[in-house]
Amino acid sequence: MSGPSTYVPKSALGRWFESRLPIMGLIHSSFVAYPTPRNLNYWWTFGGILSVMLMVQIITGIVLVMHYTPHVDYAFNSIELIMRDVNWGWMLRYTHANGASMFFVAVYIHMLRGLYYGSYKAPREVLWILGVIIYLLMMATGFMGYVLPWGQMSFWGATVITNLFSAIPLVGESITTWLWGGYSVDNPTLNRFFSLHYLLPFMIAGVVVLHVWALHVVGQNNPDGVEVKNVARDTLPFTPYATIKDGFAMICFMMFFAWWIFYVPNYLGHADNYIEANPLSTPAHIVPEWYYLPFYAILRAVPSKLGGVVAMFSAIIVLCFLPWLDTSKVRSAKYRPVYKVFFWLFVASAIGLGYLGAMPAEGGYVLASRLLAVYYFAFFLVVMPLLGLFETPRALPASIADSVLKNAHSAKA
Amino acid sequence: MLFIATGAVGAVAVGSVAWPLISQMNPDASTIAAGAPIDVDLSAIAEGAIVTVKWRGKPIFVRHRTPKEIKEAVEVPLSSLPDPQSDAQRVKKPEWLVVIGVCTHLGCIPLGHQGEYEGWFCPCHGSAYDTSGRIRKGPAPKNLEVPSYAFTSDTKLTIG
Repeated sequence: MSGPSTYVPKSALGRWFESRLPIMGLIHSSFVAYPTPRNLNYWWTFGGILSVMLMVQIITGIVLVMHYTPHVDYAFNSIELIMRDVNWGWMLRYTHANGASMFFVAVYIHMLRGLYYGSYKAPREVLWILGVIIYLLMMATGFMGYVLPWGQMSFWGATVITNLFSAIPLVGESITTWLWGGYSVDNPTLNRFFSLHYLLPFMIAGVVVLHVWALHVVGQNNPDGVEVKNVARDTLPFTPYATIKDGFAMICFMMFFAWWIFYVPNYLGHADNYIEANPLSTPAHIVPEWYYLPFYAILRAVPSKLGGVVAMFSAIIVLCFLPWLDTSKVRSAKYRPVYKVFFWLFVASAIGLGYLGAMPAEGGYVLASRLLAVYYFAFFLVVMPLLGLFETPRALPASIADSVLKNAHSAKA
Repeated sequence: MLFIATGAVGAVAVGSVAWPLISQMNPDASTIAAGAPIDVDLSAIAEGAIVTVKWRGKPIFVRHRTPKEIKEAVEVPLSSLPDPQSDAQRVKKPEWLVVIGVCTHLGCIPLGHQGEYEGWFCPCHGSAYDTSGRIRKGPAPKNLEVPSYAFTSDTKLTIG
């Protein structure tokens, strides 16, 4: 998506069309001739996997809408109708519901990849921030989608999340009423969530285009974190090398995805959501979907309503500032022995918060949430700025080619 | 001059188009109409019982308090409350407590006669309320809200 295309149409018709709309040249320079660093590992295949997941969600979503009714009296039954009566409805719905989870599995791996290899550092700041925006849109989309079946978790999840806005001083109550379109979560809320749930994936697709565009301007980062110096020596063309590798990873990921759909389709959901929404009875234990649990734990770790909400949103917003919080001149954790330790502690704290988010908010769980939440923020706000000043990185390879060829050499020896 | 005029008219146009788009999300006329006052028959509520009625999509708790519960609510020193309010400020007749049954933390429905203070306990994040519906413990910042209501006769309560 950058620079003049080297594409030369082979047919007369191709030349005629290309001189009027150079789209084949754009595709060629973006996905065929595009130079990819030759040292990329499999962690770099998740961008492609995420594109496929977005397509899966949009396609299954569009067909589910053909059978779903966004009304408080019919929504729950229309889901059961999809499950029991619609041809292949059970598979389409399970694909869509588990697809959301798989989408988040892939995005978390993709984000941690960026965090480990320093992909957010200059000149990739805008690329990274666009990614954070996609992640926020994904969270909003996932949340509203979970409300649509109108089960108990749908209703009470929507109630808790929309009430987060009531923590805003002065205008909070008016904002929640405005979000609900009533005095509580009710039919107008369901209708607007449905409308926005249909809209947001297309906004995600739009930001993905910007994300890929920004990627193709600055080029991919790579496991060694050194820039491409010589295109001929350091890179390989996207097709066939990256195409085949991405394709293989996608197939493996789809097999993992299929296992959830066909063997444990309800494992990631909650039994309470098979009970129709009842505004007069809150389930004993409200838990959000697994991909929100770490943030839910941070929300509950703070003993103040506004403080908890601020902490929860800050936990995501802080990601936007990573390019400037990390002071290290070295990108990849491969050459940062101390950062590597803190990174894995961060992964452990995020998983720990996820576990605690699913536990009741009492006693030792709250204390543990507080400790891990402190580490979560300290990693970004203390460790990252200071480590760049105190850490002695290992020597970087002179180029991507040197790194790859040295490995090949030592493997032979 | 033409630039300023164009800009000014453009700004008014953007504002007047944006306002309906934002305002349409507020409660519509039918929702507001459905939020009209409702009547509750008090004669059917035994002493000690809590009756839940639905008003504006939310549960309203009507609690017929026992003398012991009233005593507990009245005798708490105000300085020990996170959101200080005397019991007298929260009720019109001591035996009847009327509150909106929505936890002021994140909107769950608290469970009656439960928790440390035997008022209400919210199962979501552990807020405990006393027999006056005041927050005593947990993350909720405020007391359970008291809706506007009136005793229209000895056995009838109108909420709203």
